[in-house]
Amino acid sequence: MILARDNNDVAMMKDFEVTTDDFSSAGIASSKIKKILRQIGIDSGVIRRIAIATYEAEINVAIHSYGGKIEVYIKSDRVEIFVEDTGPGIADLDLAMQKGYSTASKEIRELGFGAGMGLPNMEKCSDDFHIESEVEKYTAIKMTFNL
Amino acid sequence: MDKYWHSVVLDNDYCNGCTNCLSRCPTQAIRVIDGKAKIMKERCIDCGECLKICHFHAKGTLSDNLEKIKNYKYKVALPCISMYGQFSAEYDIEDVFQAIYKLGFDLVYDTAYAADILTKYQNELLREPTIEKPVISTYCPAITRLIQIRYPSLIDNITRLESPMEIAARQIKKRLMTENGFAFEDIGIFYIAQCPAKITSIIQPLGLEKSYIDGGISLESIYPRLIKLIEKGERSHPEVQKASGNGVGWGMVGGQSFGLDTEKYLAVDGIEEVIRVLDKMELGKLPEIDFFEGYACVTGCSGGVLNVENPFMAKARIRMKSSNLKDYNPDDIESNLTREDLEWDVEMEARTILKLDKDFKVALEKMSRLEEIAQKLPGIDCGACGAPTCRALAEDIVMNRAQFSDCLLLGRYNRRRRKRDDNEN
Repeated sequence: MILARDNNDVAMMKDFEVTTDDFSSAGIASSKIKKILRQIGIDSGVIRRIAIATYEAEINVAIHSYGGKIEVYIKSDRVEIFVEDTGPGIADLDLAMQKGYSTASKEIRELGFGAGMGLPNMEKCSDDFHIESEVEKYTAIKMTFNL
Repeated sequence: MDKYWHSVVLDNDYCNGCTNCLSRCPTQAIRVIDGKAKIMKERCIDCGECLKICHFHAKGTLSDNLEKIKNYKYKVALPCISMYGQFSAEYDIEDVFQAIYKLGFDLVYDTAYAADILTKYQNELLREPTIEKPVISTYCPAITRLIQIRYPSLIDNITRLESPMEIAARQIKKRLMTENGFAFEDIGIFYIAQCPAKITSIIQPLGLEKSYIDGGISLESIYPRLIKLIEKGERSHPEVQKASGNGVGWGMVGGQSFGLDTEKYLAVDGIEEVIRVLDKMELGKLPEIDFFEGYACVTGCSGGVLNVENPFMAKARIRMKSSNLKDYNPDDIESNLTREDLEWDVEMEARTILKLDKDFKVALEKMSRLEEIAQKLPGIDCGACGAPTCRALAEDIVMNRAQFSDCLLLGRYNRRRRKRDDNEN
């Protein structure tokens, strides 16, 4: 656990493992989260933003890291999503946050991933976005969505 | 009338309580209770998947009897476009239309022509700069209902144009009233339907206060009579066939997109595949697509359960008939309808039936209980309890529709798990 968790008012917590290079299971976490949020009755526009951001996070972890974890905290007024992985980390965060910038390999781009839209998309979809990283160690993201 | 009326129904006498339909239902609308399958009406989208899988023919469709046409002074038949694929090549489609006249109709109208009218307007709509893309077709009502339930955030992408049968009915009623002086209630328009979803759309239309169609007759129910009435080359009634090859193409998957001015379309058949694509669309992962047509049935409308011919054979015939007909030319389209006539008149709403509770706090509590219960269940989705998956049973328990003891495997499963854990230690 890299980023601090605030365990006050947590109605529900779900966590998902994301394995490296596993594209077929990337997307499982976002679709499960989507289903849970729909059953709780959250606004469909918010669900969509959460699903997009989580999906991008899953793909990122699968492409770039050695594996990681996604944790979803559902609270009465917000949803918090933590994405933490071990891996190469990101040397220049400002550059990584730019649209179209990607370090993904040619092979991955040919699969339709690695367009350099992942991080910008996550930032755009969330109401609050925090990212930190240490090269050769980890990348950690916290996204908050207000309900 | 019920809040949710459905054409898809269940015959208790034939149902033997097996689990085949449970897992096939895309909205998890079926439960087996006391040995009989029951459909949760608020969840059913009339896709007909359960009808296709049932080995005992326990599922049927409610549709109108041909006798009902006698209630109207002027009787109109609107055969579904997949009718183009239902008869062997020795008969041309006009032979089929002439046979439909002989069932007692005063007018038979080529629904595929209404598809031509729609194509023209769909092209106009796609050129509008403000339109939300991809535009989703409403032609398959089962898919439209699926979106209302599972993809409410995509409702804004659904085209505002009505389906060909509605367009045809409006066109006919308007013409018969202005040109022939009929009163609205004198005219009875009957759709000869390829699937239950269309029949449900007549009784409970989407995006419309009331349908212009007065009844839905299943294609399969009149087919035996058509076989006896059909004669090669007979032309004792006015000719009906009017559609271009493009309009006829609407009887199969891809047909709607073919006449569009764009190549950026996606045509998908089979409800499971449609779900996969809609998942991607909701994630914004189809940026290059302008138009989407999805069908619950494999091959499109030629795969509808109320057809008689094999879906692939029907599709092949539609393709052949379509390529023999003239090209689609928007300048030739005659229509007495304005753009407003072609659009819905009521807003399409999300069906939030998957919600556990109206109150957010209560829903959250129920959700945590659901998660807790789901952890305890075997997770093998056997269906023996009557719910399609273990998670669905957990949901039913939370919603007081089922009990923990409904799981037949629980004791056995726990014993097996203990044994496994012991071995591992």
